[in-house]
Amino acid sequence: MTFSPALEARFAKLLTIYPEGRQRSAVVPMLMYAQDEVGCVTRELVEEVARRCGVQPMQVDEVIGYYSMLHTKPLGKYHIQVCTNISCLLTGGEELYEHAKKTLGIGNKEVTPDGLFSLEEVECMGACSWAPAVEVNYDFHHHVTCEKLDRLIEDLRKLK
Amino acid sequence: MLYNEPNPLETRVLTKRFGIPNSEKAEVYVANGGYQAFLKATGMPPEKIIEEVKVSNLRGRGGAGFPTGLKWSFVPRTSPKPKYLICNADESEPGTCKDRLLMEYDPHQLIEGMLIGGLAVDSHKGYIYIRGEYRYLITMMEHAIDDAYAHGWLGKNIQGTGFDFDLYVHTGAGAYECGEETALLDSIEGKRGVPRMKPPFPAVAGAWGCPTLLNNVETYSAVPNIIRDGGAAFAALGTPKNGGTRLVCLSGHVNKPGVYEIPLGYPMLEFIEKFGGGVRGGKKLKAVIPGGSSCPVLTASECDIIMDYDTLAKAGSMLGSGGMVVIDEDTCMVKAALRIMRFYAHESCGWCVPCREGTTWLRKMLQRFHDGMGQASDIPIIGQVSKNMLGRTFCALGDAAAMPTISIVEKFREEFEAHLDGRPCPYEHKPAMALA
Repeated sequence: MTFSPALEARFAKLLTIYPEGRQRSAVVPMLMYAQDEVGCVTRELVEEVARRCGVQPMQVDEVIGYYSMLHTKPLGKYHIQVCTNISCLLTGGEELYEHAKKTLGIGNKEVTPDGLFSLEEVECMGACSWAPAVEVNYDFHHHVTCEKLDRLIEDLRKLK
Repeated sequence: MLYNEPNPLETRVLTKRFGIPNSEKAEVYVANGGYQAFLKATGMPPEKIIEEVKVSNLRGRGGAGFPTGLKWSFVPRTSPKPKYLICNADESEPGTCKDRLLMEYDPHQLIEGMLIGGLAVDSHKGYIYIRGEYRYLITMMEHAIDDAYAHGWLGKNIQGTGFDFDLYVHTGAGAYECGEETALLDSIEGKRGVPRMKPPFPAVAGAWGCPTLLNNVETYSAVPNIIRDGGAAFAALGTPKNGGTRLVCLSGHVNKPGVYEIPLGYPMLEFIEKFGGGVRGGKKLKAVIPGGSSCPVLTASECDIIMDYDTLAKAGSMLGSGGMVVIDEDTCMVKAALRIMRFYAHESCGWCVPCREGTTWLRKMLQRFHDGMGQASDIPIIGQVSKNMLGRTFCALGDAAAMPTISIVEKFREEFEAHLDGRPCPYEHKPAMALA
């Protein structure tokens, strides 16, 4: 597999930052950065990362099931993550999540038919004092209301 | 722009540079008094650095509150093995959002704290383990690190002192459990984040089997202030054995939620009033989770206390990670307990049975209760199952799930009783929606 020059450079650096012989450490970071480019953790990617880090593909498989941010199926172009944990729950996170389900017409971890959006009810993502919070891909949105979420989704639709 | 208005009543030590533009630039940090503590520390014997940290009464800001200086003294600095320095930036305790700000608004303060840690334990390589959701911070931290290298604050022979230190960022990938220090070590080694048997403690056998110093972002960020102004000055800000200030993340039903820096020992109710602007909508206070969702909840009548580690422990709770969640009178505590348990059941790594089974069954029981299908006999069982997890797991996740549940069952038993006999949740207009 080949990746973009920027990702190749990142991979090259990742293989040097851990102690000699400990390149297994680069497995999770490689998967995290690569899935953004590839779309998700594919079989091919698993084998590629295993080869580059000098581990068995099974050792890569092992971590995929554990980390909630590693996805084996493609997400929407915009992955909408709504937190409903305690601080968000107290400030309307649950209503926001229900609203997002209705607006997008999809359930938890589902993707819209056009592939534009996916939705996930997530655990605390560290935005408690500015709750309720939503993260779209890696962008945080604070003090989100149902109206604000609708506007955000509309804007993303226009962006495509 | 800061996420919330600072409060003039804050004691700004760690946050004093917050809001200065271009904080990722080393020269901006230096122009604002930065890296002076590191230079001072290079002239101090390592024992003296550790002594200052001990004198400061700094205690771990990640949640456990262990004395930092003591932790530093456990690292065998004469060991022939390489020694590693790790910063835990896997901030994921529900209610906690402070480390984010420390990395975003003053990344070099963290770098400097780690450099001083490196001097103290003779380590030359460090990693900052940042949770995957904080991708923007990973980018910012990488920029700050690159700039520190470019200006000679990292790398070989830093500022001509003869001290070498390399620092890298490692991304997490979504796992609360990896905030537990030994699970974090497994995670950084490229494995599932499963906790290790202790002892040996990470100070002796940590990352890749080598001595490792592991602290939270806020803990390392406090260190430059301690070395610059002296441990005694930092200690004097707080109460005996509870030195300094800390960032409290106020959330929930308050008028002005936000992250505020206050000295240890600040009165809790006064904090909610003067910083939080009181409970939203003029409602009455029902309960407070003082330091992240793993802490036993305090009822309103128990909140007339000062906030430091020892006082909270005496009150049967914990200061934890500084995530303070305020709950008003219109909140269903069964639902709060359920939501907290859903979280722990989701995050349990499954390594040990009491936690894996306990959290799952408790989630189911609480769900059934909230759906109006609970039985009176379930109430003591919820408490009993929780108590059976307590202290019987490899790491603190089992305790973290048990402690809030035990406290809610004991302190708000009447709310459980109000859900009995198929009655809908008294705090909702319609029967609760299935959550799990």
